[in-house]
Amino acid sequence: MRPSELGHRSFARHQAVSGWRYGVLVTTTAPGRRSGQATTIALKLLMAVTGLVFVGYVLLHMYGNLWAFSGQQAFDEYAHHLRELLTPMLPYGGLLWILRVVLVASLVGHAAAAFALWARAAKAREQRYAVKKAVTATLASRTMRWGGVALLAFVIFHILHLTTHTINPGGDPESPYLRLVGSFQVWWVAVIYLLAMLALGMHIRHGAFSMLQTLGLTDNRRRYRISHAVGLVLAIVIAGGFALVPLGVLLGIVTT
Amino acid sequence: MNLTLKIWRQPNGSAAGEMVTYPITDVSEDMSFLEMLDVLNERLTAEGQEPVAFDSDCREGICGMCGLMINGVAHGPEVTTTCQLHMRSFSDGDVVTIEPWRASGFPVLRDLAVDRSAFDRIIDAGGYVSVNTGAAPDAHASPVPKENADRAFDAATCISCGACVAACPNGSASLFLGAKITHLAELPQGQAERYTRVLNMVHQHDLEGFGGCTNIGECTAVCPKEIPQDVIATLNKDMRHALWHRV
Repeated sequence: MRPSELGHRSFARHQAVSGWRYGVLVTTTAPGRRSGQATTIALKLLMAVTGLVFVGYVLLHMYGNLWAFSGQQAFDEYAHHLRELLTPMLPYGGLLWILRVVLVASLVGHAAAAFALWARAAKAREQRYAVKKAVTATLASRTMRWGGVALLAFVIFHILHLTTHTINPGGDPESPYLRLVGSFQVWWVAVIYLLAMLALGMHIRHGAFSMLQTLGLTDNRRRYRISHAVGLVLAIVIAGGFALVPLGVLLGIVTT
Repeated sequence: MNLTLKIWRQPNGSAAGEMVTYPITDVSEDMSFLEMLDVLNERLTAEGQEPVAFDSDCREGICGMCGLMINGVAHGPEVTTTCQLHMRSFSDGDVVTIEPWRASGFPVLRDLAVDRSAFDRIIDAGGYVSVNTGAAPDAHASPVPKENADRAFDAATCISCGACVAACPNGSASLFLGAKITHLAELPQGQAERYTRVLNMVHQHDLEGFGGCTNIGECTAVCPKEIPQDVIATLNKDMRHALWHRV
């Protein structure tokens, strides 16, 4: 069809079709907006935001634990003050309950999105390779899913142990400090916690980088490299900081 | 050199497939990988057997048509396309396992050839600029900073071969998607439809049965055009913007 055969007389239209001879006349327009709520990227964004909540929480939690090195009085006072934060505007322990609700909601969102993405990934390659090599993937990145399941199991154990006092390997004293130290003096409890911190470190190593990438904050090579360093530093600081306490007990630095 | 090839044979998409072993002798190290397969096919044809079906077109590394999983690595041991891989990357006595791209979004047509029209449908969903471009504008009519132009060009080198999907443990096409999104997002022409584009393309990507990205980086490591992983960050950023602002 020659431009003259199109029969449009308006100046704008003429301008448009006059370009025809220089190339293909594109008349397709983009289809209407589609929903993006349940897309893989939306699920990943949910995981990134909830993951950020966890990173913030474990940083504070790790900081609090280090009070164990200042002895029973300092540690127990810190535990007590946590419950008095924002009182009398909140009831005793109120802020902790708010934190717990936020953490449980984040956990539900994080795990639900993870399992949904896991299922989609499994469906995306039903016929597996006879031979498949990992060229660049780190151990941390390849163990995110099962490592996450292990961490979930650990969180349940940890709550039964130190929050609800259902599991009492080191006796059941009133003082949080005595409870902590008494537990870690049982070697297998210390081992469980140290292994869990290894898993946590690996999860944060890839997870924190992945969070920054999913949030779209790494869109140039410099920031991409920085975000890898952020993952590594956070993993070492958080997992290392947590591990100091059971190690301190095992080495006899932190004692009853 | 003499090699043992283990090749996936499957007569059509609905039939069951299996790995079949073929010894091959007197392979020159100057042969390309596809020429080595051509030699095998000549022999199979002469013996009255079905030749191995595989895709290839330009054989100079620019069209994106070829692509084989070689010893568990997309496009084999060198960072290039399968057609630009040469037999000098192998040694005498090697066992070479050759499989098609494995992804639900890339169904096997026959042997090593897969249907990659899913990529075409993702592009159809928004990977273009839908305005009449008119006559070629003056070069300085809409200035593009060098940084953006370079990044757009780097992203535009994607040849849609599908190696990223093949290498991804999640069968995700995020690197392909990220390259296409970044290519247009860095240029002024791409701005008008920027956020509807990302929604529609991501939606189509998921519909085609590709998985989600876990930022592992296997895609970038095998990409023959070395598209960096940060294009996926741009994809995520645009998607976040589109979702947040309910584009």
